[in-house]
Amino acid sequence: MSVDFTLKIGGEAGQGMQTIGYALSKTFARSGFHLFANQDYMSRIRGGHNFFQIRVKEEPVYASSEEVDILIALDKATVEMHRPELKEKGVIIFDGEHIDISGEPSHLLSVPLERLAREEGGNKLFSNSVAVGGALGILAYQFDILAQVLKEVFVKRGEEIVENNIKAARAGYDFMQKNYKDFCLSPLRSGRSDKKMLISGNEALSLGAMAAGCKFMSAYPMTPSTGIITYLAGKAKQCGLVAEQAEDEIAAINMAIGASFAGVRAMVATSGGGFSLMVEALGLAGMTETPLVIIEAQRSGPSTGLPTRTAQGDLEFVLHASQGEFPRAIFAPATVEDAFWSVVKAFNVAEKYQVPVIIMSDQHLADSYLTCKKFDVSKVKIERGIISDAELAKIKDYKRHRFTQSGISPRALPSQEGRIVITDSDEHDEEGHLSEDLEIANKMAQKRLKKRQGLASEIEPPKVYPHENTEIVLIGWGSTYGALREALDVLINKGMDVSLMHFQEIWPFPAQFVSSILSKAKKSFCVENNATGQLAHIIRAETGKEVTAKILKFDGRPFSWQYIIRELKKGGKRWSL
Amino acid sequence: MVTIDDYQGQVTAWCPGCGDFGILQALKKALVDLKLEPHQVLIVSGIGQASKLPHYMKCNTFNGLHGRILPVATGAKIANQELVVIGVGGDGDNYGEGGNHFLHTIRRNIDITLLVHNNRVYGLTKGQASPTSDPGFISKVQPQGVISSSFNALSLAISLHASFVSRSWSGDIDHLSWLIKEAVQHKGFSLIDILQPCITFNKKNTYRWYKERIYKLAEEYDPANRLAAFKKAEEWGDKIPIGIFYREKKPTFADQLFGLKKGPLFRQRLDPSQVMPLLETLS
Repeated sequence: MSVDFTLKIGGEAGQGMQTIGYALSKTFARSGFHLFANQDYMSRIRGGHNFFQIRVKEEPVYASSEEVDILIALDKATVEMHRPELKEKGVIIFDGEHIDISGEPSHLLSVPLERLAREEGGNKLFSNSVAVGGALGILAYQFDILAQVLKEVFVKRGEEIVENNIKAARAGYDFMQKNYKDFCLSPLRSGRSDKKMLISGNEALSLGAMAAGCKFMSAYPMTPSTGIITYLAGKAKQCGLVAEQAEDEIAAINMAIGASFAGVRAMVATSGGGFSLMVEALGLAGMTETPLVIIEAQRSGPSTGLPTRTAQGDLEFVLHASQGEFPRAIFAPATVEDAFWSVVKAFNVAEKYQVPVIIMSDQHLADSYLTCKKFDVSKVKIERGIISDAELAKIKDYKRHRFTQSGISPRALPSQEGRIVITDSDEHDEEGHLSEDLEIANKMAQKRLKKRQGLASEIEPPKVYPHENTEIVLIGWGSTYGALREALDVLINKGMDVSLMHFQEIWPFPAQFVSSILSKAKKSFCVENNATGQLAHIIRAETGKEVTAKILKFDGRPFSWQYIIRELKKGGKRWSL
Repeated sequence: MVTIDDYQGQVTAWCPGCGDFGILQALKKALVDLKLEPHQVLIVSGIGQASKLPHYMKCNTFNGLHGRILPVATGAKIANQELVVIGVGGDGDNYGEGGNHFLHTIRRNIDITLLVHNNRVYGLTKGQASPTSDPGFISKVQPQGVISSSFNALSLAISLHASFVSRSWSGDIDHLSWLIKEAVQHKGFSLIDILQPCITFNKKNTYRWYKERIYKLAEEYDPANRLAAFKKAEEWGDKIPIGIFYREKKPTFADQLFGLKKGPLFRQRLDPSQVMPLLETLS
């Protein structure tokens, strides 16, 4: 039987779940398994309940599962909360010397985590490594891979920490093999050997920006987007870029606009609250036709909402944000891999059309890890859309906002000799000087909006899986792809005539394509991580077609494929909020 | 050879007699004296009567949002250190709407010059109090008179270790253009708070009012003395000092940025392959 198991590590904030979960993920990825790992954490530094969940498969995996095979409980709450998720033959690894748990002994594998941590590592802090070693013991997995990964993960903290972590993990591994021999499975080995990367959404977005030549990034820390500035700041020296923590999001976006105006590729990253503060300057980028890439990592709202939880509640906000009208593009990467390529494309589109491009991420995408093939960087093309000195020399009377057929004006940079570049947040003439002339106002608004045509031609229509012309169509966008894809495979296996239409690029809206797909389907279900069905609303506005029903979730937690199937059986929700 | 005519801009829309004219003239003179060509200069302005200034000149211009002069100027300077970046706006722009940026731009010590046209009143929105209005100043929005205390930009800047803190006024073009030259040549963030009358909405702080009170800091005044600078910055009323209050030599923001060690950002070649070693670490 092919491998497909889920391992969940739960405990309090501060117990190192993220680090150890990552190490464990890397251990599986390194020997060829596919995996998907997601994180659930509370908005606090210590205490509470967090978990890190890893699903390991021999075949490609797109999302987590509701069912758990191995539950590593670093505290009692983890057992209480997640016991119902345990599969029939699933086990709980916990520290029986510190946690008192009753129930069927067959599921409960007590391991003296703290004692072994103290004995082997000299500190109870290494309990999580003991537990992870224990999990690998059950799987009879090659310990040396874990040892190597622990070495890499902890190398910056010094040799002693590395050694102690390895010793602690080894103790857990051996304890399990010795004391719970009956539970230990036949050795887990992958039949594959292809080298994969293990990469998170935020890492993919950051690397996409770097590959695209982003030289300036500014942000104000805000979950779940903070990982992006953290990553870029760490590579600033190596790659010659500037990642600046601004005093607020208003400063962040205005700095990026200044940097872009002066000639570098610039980006900001934030979440909904920070984006709210950026909105006036979003219009500034639109008005001054300054290219800009914005990553909006959604979390539950309104207001502070659920700060560390996922949502897709900002789509219509982002689409309409700012006073007045100007063209923009909105992308919504479906997977961690897409996240990389969507940023690469966003920079090209932003510069080619001199518009803001917004990438909709969310907590689920930002914090999830996925194994994928190493990105083929040779496929990254950079299209700047800045006129060269030679071209500029041919223009006698340079005007930054010249009227053109396409609406795209020649973009020179300030400092190109003999020319000056002028732009204004006020309505302006071709030169860039503020103007209240009605004829100019009309022509300039039209010039900007004309760019929509070219922009629309850049948009990839939603992907349809596995093929068109099915009776039922599920519709999704962004990070829900994984759960939808898994659900679909299950439904197709059961014989249902169903397909998935999934958006990775939403605006300008590919109306014709969507309309034709919906015309052929008998029933359509829009699946969204929000309470009102925002994509369904946009579909209706743009195509005049209403989806049959919506499957919605707005509790801050991501969809599982099981949830989608259950809701589909109920017929979806007909909401009239 | 660059001349004043090279900086000739659009027809102005300011009230006749506005203090802005003197500032415009002094700025042009300073840039010509510094032999700077229009393409070497970027003026970033916000919204307000003062922020219209770059349209009445001729050089690279980013006329952005109200209050957001400094972040745009910061981004532009980081991207292209070769540009001479000058921020221009009023007291509302910089001390009101943009107050937070004012604090943090000083902390960064980015190498830009900020000209604040301080007429102690809102002009473009027609006569409301500004952060620098005196307590008791009456307007249609403050009919009982301003209650809040007045914003002292110089004291604040000195307290934050701003590296160049100065004041001039629109009625002395020679002094102001000299000060602008000093500020532009200073490596680091330079503040010039420029007192100016608003002939339409500020009936108290008139040309005459300023002329009777303003005096230049003495030649022996030492701008390196922080405590003396505070003392002078607090002087207001019958006598109002102008000149360089405080000057501190320290590295600029861009001097210290790791990312700029390879040269100006905008000149760097964009190379996708630089991520390859990073991808390698992920497997």
